[in-house]
Amino acid sequence: MPHANSLYGPLDPAPDAGYVDAPPRMGFFTDTSVCIGCKACEVACKEWNLVPESGRDLLGMSYDNTGALTANSWRHVAFVEQPRPAGWATPAFLDTPDGPPVSPATAEVAAHTSTDTGTYPGLPSGSPGAAARMSGGSEFLGMPGAHPPGRGSGAEGRTDFRWLMMSDVCKHCTHAACLDVCPTGSLFRTEFGTVVVQEDICNGCGYCISACPYGVIDQRKDDGRAWKCTLCYDRLGVGMTPACAQACPTESIQYGELEELRERAAARVATLHERGVPEARLYGHDPDDGVGGDGAFFLLLDEPEVYGLPPDPVVTTRDLPAMWKRAGLAAMTMAAATAVAFLGRRP
Amino acid sequence: MGVRSWFEGWPVYRQLTGTDPLGRGAASKSAGSLSLTARTDTADSVAKSVCPYCAVGCAQRVYVKDGQVSQIEGDPDSPISRGRLCPKGAASKSLVTSPLRQTTVRYRRPYGTEWEDLDLDTAMNMIADRVLAARDETWEDVDAEGRPLNRTLGISSLGGATLDNEENYLIKKLFTAMGALQIENQARI
Amino acid sequence: MAEAHPVGFQWVMEAKRRGAKVFHVDPRFTRTSALADGYLPIRAGTDIALLGGVVRYILENELDFREYVISYTNAATIVTEEYRDTEDMHGLFSGFKEENASYDQKSWRYAGNGQNAATRDTETQRETAAGLEHESHGAPVNGQTERDETLQHPRCVYQILKRHYARYTPEMVERVCGISQEKFLELAEAWTRNSGRERTGMLVYSVGWTQHSVGVQYIRTGAIIQLLLGNVGRPGGGVMALRGHASIQGSTDIPTLFNLLPGYLPMPHHSDHPTLDDWVDSIRHPGQKGFWGNARTYGVNLLKAYWGDAATAENDYCYGYMPRMTGDHGTYQQVLDMIDGKIKGYFLLGQNPAVGSAHGRAQRLGMANLDWLVVRDLFEIESATFWQHAPEIETGEIVPEECRTEVFFLPAASHVEKEGSFTQTQRLLQWREKAVEPPGDARSELWFFYHLGRIIRERLATSTRPRDRALLDLNWNYPTHGPNAEPSAEAVLYEINGYEVASGRPLSTFTEMKDDGSTAGGCWIYTGVYADGVNQAARRKSRHEQDWVAAEWGWAWPANRRILYNRASADPDGNPWSERKRYVWWDPDKGEWTGYDVPDFEKTKPPSYRPPADSSGVAGLAGDDPFVLQGDGKGWLYAPTGVLDGPMPTHYEPVESPVRNPLYRQQANPTRKVYTHPINTLNPSPPEEHSQVFPYVFTVSRLTEHHTAGGMSRMVRPLAELQPEMFVEVSPELAAEVGLNHLGWAHLITTRAAVEAKVLVTDRLTPLRVDGRIIHQVWLPYHFGFEGLVTGDSANDLFGISLDPNVLIQESKVGTCDVRPGRRPRGQELLDLVADYQRRSGDLGPHYPPQVTTDVADSGRDPEV
Repeated sequence: MPHANSLYGPLDPAPDAGYVDAPPRMGFFTDTSVCIGCKACEVACKEWNLVPESGRDLLGMSYDNTGALTANSWRHVAFVEQPRPAGWATPAFLDTPDGPPVSPATAEVAAHTSTDTGTYPGLPSGSPGAAARMSGGSEFLGMPGAHPPGRGSGAEGRTDFRWLMMSDVCKHCTHAACLDVCPTGSLFRTEFGTVVVQEDICNGCGYCISACPYGVIDQRKDDGRAWKCTLCYDRLGVGMTPACAQACPTESIQYGELEELRERAAARVATLHERGVPEARLYGHDPDDGVGGDGAFFLLLDEPEVYGLPPDPVVTTRDLPAMWKRAGLAAMTMAAATAVAFLGRRP
Repeated sequence: MGVRSWFEGWPVYRQLTGTDPLGRGAASKSAGSLSLTARTDTADSVAKSVCPYCAVGCAQRVYVKDGQVSQIEGDPDSPISRGRLCPKGAASKSLVTSPLRQTTVRYRRPYGTEWEDLDLDTAMNMIADRVLAARDETWEDVDAEGRPLNRTLGISSLGGATLDNEENYLIKKLFTAMGALQIENQARI
Repeated sequence: MAEAHPVGFQWVMEAKRRGAKVFHVDPRFTRTSALADGYLPIRAGTDIALLGGVVRYILENELDFREYVISYTNAATIVTEEYRDTEDMHGLFSGFKEENASYDQKSWRYAGNGQNAATRDTETQRETAAGLEHESHGAPVNGQTERDETLQHPRCVYQILKRHYARYTPEMVERVCGISQEKFLELAEAWTRNSGRERTGMLVYSVGWTQHSVGVQYIRTGAIIQLLLGNVGRPGGGVMALRGHASIQGSTDIPTLFNLLPGYLPMPHHSDHPTLDDWVDSIRHPGQKGFWGNARTYGVNLLKAYWGDAATAENDYCYGYMPRMTGDHGTYQQVLDMIDGKIKGYFLLGQNPAVGSAHGRAQRLGMANLDWLVVRDLFEIESATFWQHAPEIETGEIVPEECRTEVFFLPAASHVEKEGSFTQTQRLLQWREKAVEPPGDARSELWFFYHLGRIIRERLATSTRPRDRALLDLNWNYPTHGPNAEPSAEAVLYEINGYEVASGRPLSTFTEMKDDGSTAGGCWIYTGVYADGVNQAARRKSRHEQDWVAAEWGWAWPANRRILYNRASADPDGNPWSERKRYVWWDPDKGEWTGYDVPDFEKTKPPSYRPPADSSGVAGLAGDDPFVLQGDGKGWLYAPTGVLDGPMPTHYEPVESPVRNPLYRQQANPTRKVYTHPINTLNPSPPEEHSQVFPYVFTVSRLTEHHTAGGMSRMVRPLAELQPEMFVEVSPELAAEVGLNHLGWAHLITTRAAVEAKVLVTDRLTPLRVDGRIIHQVWLPYHFGFEGLVTGDSANDLFGISLDPNVLIQESKVGTCDVRPGRRPRGQELLDLVADYQRRSGDLGPHYPPQVTTDVADSGRDPEV
């Protein structure tokens, strides 16, 4: 039976969606501290799921020419160049005769890039100011954009540098707004607790797109349908690992039972803290967060915004019951007001 | 399909009578989802292979359905790669099934501006003719002091590092026997 | 490594997880640097200065693994009195001959009678890339040497090494490489601290390291460090070459190379090797120790495999059929000969020189001047369509209607459409099963060459000409199968493995080979791959079902040995150096060597064995001589012969460099291979004038998303979109200096070409302070060309042709250039631009920098002035 509060809060989603004797919830733990940005995940995903091309444009966003998760890119590796120390390494450019860092300025230029991926909404048009701040890192206080790259006035040398890489994917939320708003039943919860679009049902209404708090789900313009990561539902059914996790050379993408992954992730964070990487933190692991925790969660080395992730995502249907209540109240008030007005007109 | 099973297959019926009254999970499974399976599971055969790109030597499993490659992925048994592949290795299926692959012989005649078609047998015979002619025209029996040379410097060959050991062996053996010395490969780039 | 070999990099991450420290040295901050514990930006072409600094650090602080060094290396060996070092001669060694810019190595030899007194002429060795022969064995020397195990003798190798590297101080490293002393010392300390009994350190390079005019010496320097620290022949140690093609190791072992025959036997030379005996005697040294002493056996088996019944003792096993080298017949010489109209026909077999080789324009002009060209590939690569789409069409240098080259494009079978073995970068052979039939006319190379040979032999069947005997007597009977009459790859592997002629029994090991014609084998180092009639390369026992050495996965040459020279993993008495690093050891109870791997030593020869004074060959190896393919059984810190540009590595500047060599008056490698062909003009470098016309250093390498010349990646959709355009990475400082904008255009100019690219301004590149000057470096990927889903100018067009003298590999990882904003000009204007730069750099005609510069003092800089 449905949970009393099944649009918000901690929950095991598969039983909630009617699966009797559901298998353990499966998910991804993406450890960005060992990601080498090779993009094997992007390619393995496309090969397995027969995902079409997403455009051949040099975006200038470091080595990211995919740009974002779209209907035609279900894994997306973000690259962030930052003038910040990497906790595990000595300063990259110690004593080299260089000027102020340029990463924020180039990120700003690259953020203007928006290219047609053949999907809707496709690549976000970008926010130069935000991109600059992200590339500068959480400690970045400067005002980018005043100078072309490299022509800053400061005489200070850049010493610290790090290059963050992160393979992003659909979060398979515990409370999946896309699913909850889907009028056709195309989006559904699998027995593994994952969220999948059924391409034989989807009619391309697009409600799911605005519902996703992460901006993940996207439409193909040519067929109008919505597409996103299925966590390789077909592979899971026969006991296989999803294609991206199978390919990942450094085990940055780990697939498994969510409970076990959460334990592993907590241990990894502790190890990194011990090794002098205090900024290591988990993202999307907490069942008490705004989406009830993600089926795909991450270990990050900076604020989520730096990777283009929302800092505090909330399922867009969280307030649905309250809204219904309020809507009902409003309707009653309206009715009452109408009645009053009607009555009031009476002499 | 009987009317009853047709009716029972109707999602709304499943939703109303099953464990998923909100229709978000079990009751919403489409026909496609119900019949879904991994195509590796339904392959006719699997060949044990090795990635064709760099020299790490990652093991691959090549899945075949109806005479076509349906999937290539890493072989988890390998002590070298443990089933993993880089983007290039992961793209191997796109490499071998690429629509851009040339599958017929193409011929550009001297001073030609376009490709022409050519039969493979004809091409083989034309190449054999040219090899023999080039060899005869440039054959060197001995050097100035009468020491044997037994060679032709009129023929060159480049490439081998993307090929099999057995192929390299035959290439070197045949060229050596015909006196062609100028055999090179990617080891020198 | 993360960039070009990501799956191999998983083991680095595994080591990191267990506490290993990872240092990355690269001119640009790459995906490897991002995960490393230390990143050292280096000026391209100065690695010997950096590594020489590490050698000095080890020696000055006596941090070498002394017991290992004394017993297993030639540190104690005494060198002849005539030897003079670069310290005494402004950067040259003794024996330099100006007339042909090569060394007479007589003065480098070990002291004592009979030491490599008569070696092959060094110029001939350079012309024939003889250094490659040493991929499986050392250069010939007598096994009996004079030694001083106190290492005090002034002429012992240890002391010579110490003196040679004395000037490679941290200050000098900083001055030459642009690496701060602090960073250098962090690397040197970590490397030495993590080596010894309990620990081993590994040096990993990708083959860009070989693409320098001093490439072999780069690797030698690394090997010297690893020997000094006791990191060779031990688990977790070694010098790991990460090679870039699926079977580039196999195509070197079973070479498609002009100067080698299978198993690193040299191709015969017309004057050095007139007879079988001369040939065999030149590749082993009388009195040398070790397994290479059996060279005659390996040679006879190859001849017997080639010519079968026709090869008999009476006719020297058809040795006379072999073609003879007279000099350099390498790929770059060939290209220049093509331009000069000397070559009729050219086969391209899965290689794309129009993009992948240095000086792309020379490559394309060479191809445009052939009678015929056969291209065998999966796709219509640039080398197949140069007559249609090359940049030289636009400049008018190639006119299709006037280009006579007849081109045959034959589609090739892919790796899943044929069976066969690849040898990966650790010498491991892995067999591939065939999954599907090749499409249409696509065929394997095995098919193509077998049938080409068959047709040619049929044509010549009635010939009585002597020159055709080698073809007609060739052992060319391979069983075929299937609708296309595909030859059996296993039958070829069986021949490579070797067999007993009378019974056909496959040999199990090369020690079963005989030199009397009773056995035949195509590649002695591969013997055992078909032992017991079983294709050992096809073994696929899961890693879960065997130990970490995984000896039952594939088959490694030689003898399925996974770590070479692994006798060195035990101490001189045969015990493991430590429990942690236990690998191969002597079992005194059983009286044999044992361990996790196949011991690289005679199984029952005890550690205490000392050979009689006059013994040689395998019998001459002492029980503590682990380097069983070296003539003296020792690892060579100092090479008394065999390395053409010096017994020890010395820093020379790249042929094109913006700076004067801060270490010696000798600027660049004096023995490098030079081609003075008019097309091969080179940029001027100090001490010449006008080097400032090309003020910037450029280097090229790979991206994860692409492969080599792009023939297998730019044509593949999911890869093409990941790196869709040619670009150049520049530091913000250079962008400001030149006026480049992020995502704008720039073009780079050398005396060969101008190449355009989109600009990526990035903090990952940094200027360096070198010898008091700021040096800017730029980086480009070399994957792009004019065909495929994604296209762009080819970075390799920028390079000239200068080669390493030992192996004839070109310097295509460093050059000088100018950088300008905007796109390059088109057509005639492009030629005018390049010509203008040639004029400005002082020469209207072709230019070649001098080879010897020891007479030009650079005041204030030269430490000897």
